[in-house]
Amino acid sequence: MRAKKPKQKLVLVGNGMAGVRTLEELIKIDPDLYDITVFGAEPHPNYNRILLSPVLAGEQTLDEIVLNPWSWYEEHGITVHAGRKVVAVDRVKRIVRADDGTEAPYDRLLLCTGSHPFVLPVPGKDLEGVIAYRDIADTQAMIETAKTHRHAVVIGGGLLGLEAANGLMLRGMRVTVVHVSEWLMNRQLDDVAAGLLRQSLEARGLTFRLGAHTQELVGDETGRVKAIRFKDGSEEPADLVVMAVGIRPNVALAESMRLHCDRGIVVTDTLQTVTDARIYAVGECAAHRGVAYGLVAPLFEQARVAANHLAEMGYGRYLGSFISTKLKVTGIDLFSAGNFMGGEGTEEIVLNDPADGVYKKLVIQGDKLVGACLYGDTSDGPWYFELLREGRNVRGIRDQLMFGAPGV
Amino acid sequence: MRETQSTCPYCGVGCGVIIESEGTQITGVRGDPAHPANFGRLCTKGSTLHLTATAAVTMQTRLLHPMRRTARGTAPSAIGWHEALDTATAKFAQVIRDHGPDAVGFYISGQLLTEDYYVFNKLAKGLIGTNNIDTNSRLCMSSAVAGYKKTLGADAPPACYDDLNHAQCLFVVGSNTAWAHPILFRRIEDAKRANPAMKIVVVDPRRTDTCEIADLHLAIQPGTDVMLFHGLLHLMLRESWTQPDYIAAHTTGFDALAARVHDCTPERVAQVCGIDARDLLETARLFATSAATLSLYCQGLNQSSSGTAKNGTLINLHLATGQIGRAGAGPFSLTGQPNAMGGREVGGMANLLGAHRDLANPAHRAEVAALWGLSEGHDVPATPGKTAVELFQAAADGDIRALWIACTNPAQSMPDQATVRRALERCEFVVVQEAFATTATCAYADLLLPATTWGEKVGTVTNSERRISRVRQAVPAPGATRHDWSAVTDFAQRLEALLPSSSAVSLFPYALDTEAGAEAIWNEHRESTRGRDLDITGLSWPMLDAQGPQQWPLPEGRSSGRARLYEDGVFPTLDGRARFYDVAYQPVAEAREPRYPFALNTGRLRDQWHGMSRTGTLGRLFSHAPEPVVQMHPEDMAGRKIRDGDLVEVTSKRGAIVLPAQSSTDIGLGQSFIAMHWGEEALSGRSHRGKRLAGVNALSNPAFCPESKQPELKHAAVQIVKADLPWSLLAVAWLPGDRVLAVQTALRALMPRFAFASCVPFGSGGALNAGTAERSGLLFRAADHDAAPADLLAEIEALLGLATPDTLRYADARQGQRRAARLVRSAADPTEARLDAFLLGGDTRSEAWIKPLLQDQLPAQAFGRQLLRPGATAPVRIQARGKVVCSCFGVTETAILTRLPQCTSNDRQRLAALQGELKCGTNCGSCLPELRRMLHATSVAAQPEAALS
Repeated sequence: MRAKKPKQKLVLVGNGMAGVRTLEELIKIDPDLYDITVFGAEPHPNYNRILLSPVLAGEQTLDEIVLNPWSWYEEHGITVHAGRKVVAVDRVKRIVRADDGTEAPYDRLLLCTGSHPFVLPVPGKDLEGVIAYRDIADTQAMIETAKTHRHAVVIGGGLLGLEAANGLMLRGMRVTVVHVSEWLMNRQLDDVAAGLLRQSLEARGLTFRLGAHTQELVGDETGRVKAIRFKDGSEEPADLVVMAVGIRPNVALAESMRLHCDRGIVVTDTLQTVTDARIYAVGECAAHRGVAYGLVAPLFEQARVAANHLAEMGYGRYLGSFISTKLKVTGIDLFSAGNFMGGEGTEEIVLNDPADGVYKKLVIQGDKLVGACLYGDTSDGPWYFELLREGRNVRGIRDQLMFGAPGV
Repeated sequence: MRETQSTCPYCGVGCGVIIESEGTQITGVRGDPAHPANFGRLCTKGSTLHLTATAAVTMQTRLLHPMRRTARGTAPSAIGWHEALDTATAKFAQVIRDHGPDAVGFYISGQLLTEDYYVFNKLAKGLIGTNNIDTNSRLCMSSAVAGYKKTLGADAPPACYDDLNHAQCLFVVGSNTAWAHPILFRRIEDAKRANPAMKIVVVDPRRTDTCEIADLHLAIQPGTDVMLFHGLLHLMLRESWTQPDYIAAHTTGFDALAARVHDCTPERVAQVCGIDARDLLETARLFATSAATLSLYCQGLNQSSSGTAKNGTLINLHLATGQIGRAGAGPFSLTGQPNAMGGREVGGMANLLGAHRDLANPAHRAEVAALWGLSEGHDVPATPGKTAVELFQAAADGDIRALWIACTNPAQSMPDQATVRRALERCEFVVVQEAFATTATCAYADLLLPATTWGEKVGTVTNSERRISRVRQAVPAPGATRHDWSAVTDFAQRLEALLPSSSAVSLFPYALDTEAGAEAIWNEHRESTRGRDLDITGLSWPMLDAQGPQQWPLPEGRSSGRARLYEDGVFPTLDGRARFYDVAYQPVAEAREPRYPFALNTGRLRDQWHGMSRTGTLGRLFSHAPEPVVQMHPEDMAGRKIRDGDLVEVTSKRGAIVLPAQSSTDIGLGQSFIAMHWGEEALSGRSHRGKRLAGVNALSNPAFCPESKQPELKHAAVQIVKADLPWSLLAVAWLPGDRVLAVQTALRALMPRFAFASCVPFGSGGALNAGTAERSGLLFRAADHDAAPADLLAEIEALLGLATPDTLRYADARQGQRRAARLVRSAADPTEARLDAFLLGGDTRSEAWIKPLLQDQLPAQAFGRQLLRPGATAPVRIQARGKVVCSCFGVTETAILTRLPQCTSNDRQRLAALQGELKCGTNCGSCLPELRRMLHATSVAAQPEAALS
């Protein structure tokens, strides 16, 4: 009988959804392969960042969105260093060091440093009351501000911005959403669906300024923001400004490690960094085939492949993801996936039901479904997403496509 | 409420109506119980007359002001009467001056009143000096005229409606009386009920509803009537069923005829006519040996290239068997139009003169010139004028340069539309005098003159049984409309000043726009009949007012007219004897051949009239036959892989049209049928050359009878092939009553943008006069090679109320799929919604459930986006009402078939039970033949043996 092989050391940097999901997948395959150590900058166990919006909206509590309580780490013998930010990695000695000096050696390193919100480089961006929307701290700041202040401006009419705006409104603030594009969620919706969304949100009480360019944020004598000024000279009062204009991958650590970064940490189809095969990157910080994903589904797909490889199975390949979008504003159903804007060489099928507030657009290219944009009724979204990912020929069911999966 | 006694403007039965009105508005109509044509009854068309005279219909469809087009193809603009008539006068005077009087022509109508007719005739033949005046009666009755004159000596139907009560045998030939003359058919039903022994034989290539009352139906091959009649005479001679005494005493020319029919043996006749020789013998026996035999005939004999021969050889049978001049016996021509008879009386045709005088007779011409007061040297021109077909051919050839069309729609009704349209386009000046601005012919007019119509007119009409009735004005003329006679008189008075004088005083001394003027014209006409066979010198308007409608002749000194003619066996010929008509059988002008293997027949629908300018304004009149179709035998369809509803291209040597096919076993193999009503107003599209398709008469044959000059509208050889138009469109919408007809006009303009298009109204139906507001809508159907452009579909959607923000839409432009639907929530109950409009472009199979959903106004709230779903299976189960059989009470086929199994016992009791429970067939009765057919069909199924006995 062969002597038991000593356990390898796996270190995860980033106690978020991508990294912990990778651990979960790994443990499912082989729970005893690694000694696992986790560093997390936030002082919380792994929680579902996606559900911050319902927390802000008052529909869920922070406890309810925790994915892996401390007991989970304990159960699986995982060492956790929460609230400790990794500041350096010695790739030669294979040692990770945190800001408090804690060190951990590794055989394999998993980088899941995520992303940080992009802050518009405008005058006044550092005033009190100007925040981003990324984590529990931001969420709590917004909840507190809503108790004492009246006027909120959310810069960014994308997914996150609208969720923030909706939450702040539900917490009693008067909210104006400022968006630089002509229509909301322009990366996820076409103009028609965005128009319906806007109508629906306006009916709930949100105010919009579309095609608006922010000139600066104006502060009061105490150093707190009091207004937002636009390029056209007009102003809007603002006690709270939430920036939700996009995210940037967190690559500072990777760059300091001399890992190749381009829009993210560049990884192969097995999620190993191209620079160092012992090091993996999964999630928003990773750039796979030039794409850094900011949505949860691709991260989970990456997690499965990375875990497969870490478990020494080695046959999993990540080939990129089709992404689909849902907005977590209660009562608003929207869905988009693939090339929903269409364009040269594509064909569109469109359905409108204004009375029920439903709009659906399917984009077809070469007899395959390549994009979908649904508003008001997203029940067929999963089916379209499946058709899209599988690249099935839909010629035979084209006329029925808009009316739902057969037998449903 | 005011009540005015007048007449119905539709068929030749000439029913009396009582028009109810409030102020300037007609509010109701009912049959006049005192009128001897109908005794208070009205048919589906007559009983809805008031609905065609509502303010909404008037505003949307009537021509209310004179209008002039400065260039063809442009929109006309309104002008005053003075300017309009001056324009017309100047142009007519110029053409007459430069090219002679025969360069102008008048094409008028059997729907004009006698007074209108009289003035037109006098204008052409008296003032202008041309006989180029003909009428749409040429398409209707001229073979009957020629037949009567050739045999009996005068254009006078010898029988009367009361003869139905005395006949023992009815010989109905070439007439779908049940649909074309419904009130007369009610009288036939009454007569049969009173005298069950009466036998009825119907001769018709089609198994029409008239056959439902028949003891024997002879489905002869199209156009073989003369062979049939000769064959009957052959058998009558063989069986010694003729009346040699009558023949010897009252006729001439029998021997030659007897020799001719010698070889018309039953075997040969059976073969040519496609009937059973035993039926031929039975028919001969019934005709000859019944105590009294009455023939009823109409367009089946008349609209034929041997129309006069058909009429004459039928009359031969009456003369040979003495079935004439007695109560219940005689050849009775049924008039198509309400006043074809009146028109003939005043000589309003190219070959006639007033009071049954002949153009060819110099003495007759002189009499008329004297009556009119023409000066010395001014005669009525001797050369016969051009008849309808010739008139338009001459215009197409450039010989007729100015054409005046009144009260008729030749761009719909004339055969060979390609020639007619060429004529209208080539003619330098076209005047159209019309009540409705919506007819196809209006599009060709340089000048449009607005005329009064039903309920507004003043004058007289003569019906099929020679009965003259007063037409009285119930409401004032709307807009700037004028009575036809008045406008023409005004024109004639102006023209007199421009032409060399033909008379010392005005030929047209009638007071314009007054009832006195019309009466003066009628009195002048009356004087012209003095001493003639139709002498009405004993009649006057006061007498018509006091004693009601009267039959002619009614000479001075008599107090009433004569019910039937030739009771003394003396005929209005030189020798007083009737003449047998000896003529050989000629087949149809255009034989079927391999390239054109189908016989195309045309005829009326039950609830429509002519080109539908009036009946076409009422959605409810479309419930019985909703859309244009060509009927074919199912075996012919199967052989060509044509299914019900498939579009087919029907082509003759003259043109082609596209329309859906409908299978019908009422039609023989190798035959087809299209209703005569479907002109380009309802059925059109775009030809291969990009021209607008002209409706059914694009196909019909202008070949005419050499005697009567009546064209063969009832037969053309055609090819029928499946049309290859893969992209189809169906758009259906309810529309506000004050918009629906205007939208229809707008949609008509879009029809040539498709290879095939039809546009018809429909109604909510239900019981007539139920007091509930009737809704109306439009159905637009089209097809093409490729998907229609989006802007065209958007235009149609906008017209049909589908351009609203709440419209449901589906579009797959690449596949040519576009669907739109609009649900309207009920104001009373917001959880209820009805479908108000939809458009299906591309895949129209969902028509099967979505059309009934809309038209039957079924609850649609459960559908939502499913309305846009393709496919023939309804996503939510619906129960459609089905086709309407009884349009007075809106009773459907489904309702009747559901009820029938509970009705037991014999057919008469079952019918009574049906009528008691559903009320169908208890008002106008026009659906009774169809009800009986349904009764028969179900009883045959139950007791196959009983049907044979």
